[in-house]
Amino acid sequence: MIVIDAALVLLAVGVLSAIVRMVKGPHAADRAVAADLTFFAFVAAAALLAVRLEEQALLDIAVIATLVGFLATVALARLVHREER
Amino acid sequence: MTVLEVLGGVLVVAGAGLVALAGVGLLRFPDAYSRMNAVTKAATLGVVLVLLGALLREQSWQSAAAVLVAVALQLFTAPVGGFALGRAAYRAGTPLGSATRYDELQGAVERVRRGPDHGDG
Repeated sequence: MIVIDAALVLLAVGVLSAIVRMVKGPHAADRAVAADLTFFAFVAAAALLAVRLEEQALLDIAVIATLVGFLATVALARLVHREER
Repeated sequence: MTVLEVLGGVLVVAGAGLVALAGVGLLRFPDAYSRMNAVTKAATLGVVLVLLGALLREQSWQSAAAVLVAVALQLFTAPVGGFALGRAAYRAGTPLGSATRYDELQGAVERVRRGPDHGDG
């Protein structure tokens, strides 16, 4: 299980850098990209926790999060486009 | 500890490492477009590797179905999402990095906005 924990820590590094980029900006597009990376990390974390906690339902959450993340990315793209026109 | 479980561990760590590298690229690249390049490609492959590794660690038909659907969806939707973000960023006028030498789309947004009658293509 130490392998799974190490992978979770690596995902946390990715999310932390996404947070830094989201705070610093400087444009709306940069923040949208940071949110995109956060979605990816969430899907991966759900799959890892499914193994770690031996909970099958978390894998279904990973599937749904993939779809929701895609929709959120497209919605953010529309927001970026509208905001600075 | 079977061979497949070890391979699963390697895949999981490699995938999570790719997501972390995407984070590094997000911090260090100079403009929004190269950051998108890092995040969309590296993080997509990273998530796919993590999902496959999780399947190898937890082998059952149920998780195989969920993981394969998730991988397929990820491979189909991530490039589309990245493309939508890049297009929206360019149309919103997000500046290119200072190292950029050519902008082949220069003026294209204005031409499209004026309508198809005025532009030259």
